[in-house]
Amino acid sequence: MSAQPFVRLKNVTRTFDGGGGVDNLSIDIAKGSFTVLLGPSGCGKSTTLRLIAGLETPDRGRIEIGGRDVTAAGPSERGLSMVFQSYALFPHLDVAENVVFGLRVRGVARKERDKRLAEALALTGLEGLGDRKPGQLSGGQRQRVALARAIVADHPLCLMDEPLSNLDAKLRHSVRQEIRALQRRLGMTVVYVTHDQTEAMGMADQIVLLQKGRVEHMGPPAELYEQPATAFTASFIGSPAMTLIPAAALPHQFLPSSARVSELQLGLRAEDIELMPEGRGPLAATIVSSEFLGAETYVYLAVDGAPPLIARLPGRDERAAGQRVSLGWSPASPHWFDRESGKRITLSSDQTSSELVSQPAAV
Amino acid sequence: MAAASGSSQDAPPGFTMDQIALYQRRRQSLYGWMLAAPALILLTIFALIPTVTTLWASFYSKGTVRRPSAFNGLDNYTSLIHDPAFWTVVWNNALYAGITIPFSIAIALAMALWANASIPLRGVVRGAYFTPTMLPMIAAANIWLFFYTPGLGVIDSITGLFGLPPVNWLGQPQTALWSVIVVTIWKEAGFFMIFYLAALQTIPPDFKEASAIEGAGRFTYARRVLIPLLMPTTAFVFINALINSVKLIDHLFILTKGGPNNATKLILYWIWEMAFAYFDRPHAAAMTVLILLFLGAVAIFQFRVLDKRIHYR
Repeated sequence: MSAQPFVRLKNVTRTFDGGGGVDNLSIDIAKGSFTVLLGPSGCGKSTTLRLIAGLETPDRGRIEIGGRDVTAAGPSERGLSMVFQSYALFPHLDVAENVVFGLRVRGVARKERDKRLAEALALTGLEGLGDRKPGQLSGGQRQRVALARAIVADHPLCLMDEPLSNLDAKLRHSVRQEIRALQRRLGMTVVYVTHDQTEAMGMADQIVLLQKGRVEHMGPPAELYEQPATAFTASFIGSPAMTLIPAAALPHQFLPSSARVSELQLGLRAEDIELMPEGRGPLAATIVSSEFLGAETYVYLAVDGAPPLIARLPGRDERAAGQRVSLGWSPASPHWFDRESGKRITLSSDQTSSELVSQPAAV
Repeated sequence: MAAASGSSQDAPPGFTMDQIALYQRRRQSLYGWMLAAPALILLTIFALIPTVTTLWASFYSKGTVRRPSAFNGLDNYTSLIHDPAFWTVVWNNALYAGITIPFSIAIALAMALWANASIPLRGVVRGAYFTPTMLPMIAAANIWLFFYTPGLGVIDSITGLFGLPPVNWLGQPQTALWSVIVVTIWKEAGFFMIFYLAALQTIPPDFKEASAIEGAGRFTYARRVLIPLLMPTTAFVFINALINSVKLIDHLFILTKGGPNNATKLILYWIWEMAFAYFDRPHAAAMTVLILLFLGAVAIFQFRVLDKRIHYR
């Protein structure tokens, strides 16, 4: 990948009277990458996508695509295609006409048009459906038509605005894989908006996590999961969410010796929590209920002096509700965040190691 | 009843079930007739019976004291067609419909597109466009009578500023029909705009954005997406405008009374004149039947041809 990013947003601001929008946003997107804009609703992810598409104009800042400043360019001059959440298929045109709509507008010759249409329909598995109207298709097929329309023009950049949100859960999973495979095969740069973190984790080369119009954390999925830059990132990525425990709830001997206890919070992933007999670990808890999911069991716990949390244990766990247990974790697993700013705090390993772990063999 | 219940006791249990099912079905159909009854009765009294009596009357001669009316077949129709006034009126009406329909539809669409955009004072703009529709026909005609007054009217006052001579807009055959046409377009465009405005609001903004990304300009978007999606509305408005064009009579009473020299005489006014001014009911009935045939043909055309080409969502 070249050093020069393919899409670049520089200090872009766009605010709306009713709230929302983005604030001083800077994002670099590499050529051929699959970038997911992720965040809760109202975080500005759709606004960012619309700014890249040219459907919104920034109040301040610059947008570059392929090294060219496109801040003032119209949507059609930016060499991109877009898949809308609603698919935006024209209901009065059949599938073929929907797909070649842009080619027809640009005056591509009939022969070329037919060739590209056939290719696009083959790539999206829509052969033989060319003369159907969108109203006669299933949700998944409509989604493919939108996809075919996006790839038929051969634009290097494709924007997708929550394209799977109208599909049922099962279909969503398979279409996710198909979109990813198609993107790799065609070498497209994809910018993909979603609020679903599993979708982002499963598809992205790079995730841009947004909150309140700002970048919360930008990086590959593994980095967001393993080294979340902020407490927000930590609690947004992963299911069940990471539990944040105020450091004050922990006994003194389990805290890093040098840190200012009141300003810290501890983040724990559900799968890092171990259940131990009462009195062995740093935190005492009561089992509230458990959920057996086949490969794993979620154990819901009420913790003394801290928010409730979920432990994710492999296989089947038969401990009864109401049982008192102790919680422990391995030395590498806790994440520390500043309570005020939510920023990640890196503690050198010797500060935390032995103190936090008590008899790991106990389970 | 007693006998029926007695026999059902003797019969196998399945038989009683059938009785209940039959009773239920009868109740359902009675219920259906009850629901249909008001419309059935009203339509019969006010549409079906008058249509049949009109058709009947059109086959009889005009009765006088000396010669009672007698069946004369299609005589009324042939004499109607041989009347030069018939062709004048039909031509007037064709011209009137041919101009008012496309113009009022085009203006309505343009106004709706404008009133649908995010412009300041949008409510005021919509209200202003709709005002002509809210005015009673007679009131509207009187306003325009004042506009058209030769020498003193608004139009002549303005053209007079440029030194143009006064024109008797409604009083001369060359301009009279056109003056009536203008009033109709003014009155109908605002009414049709409301339908277009409603239809425009059902078109998702995504379509506009999707076509913008695909490189379609405003004109291409209108031609390939907007107008096809508005076709159901256009068909509805077209049929309404067509029916209105053979129904126009109120304006003529105020503005021209069909003159000068039959220049503004339209079909319904002519029928009224025949029936109530000259008391020639049979010919009026024959003309009415011709209109009904024409409108029926239009309705068949709409259902058979137009509806298949229009995309209804």
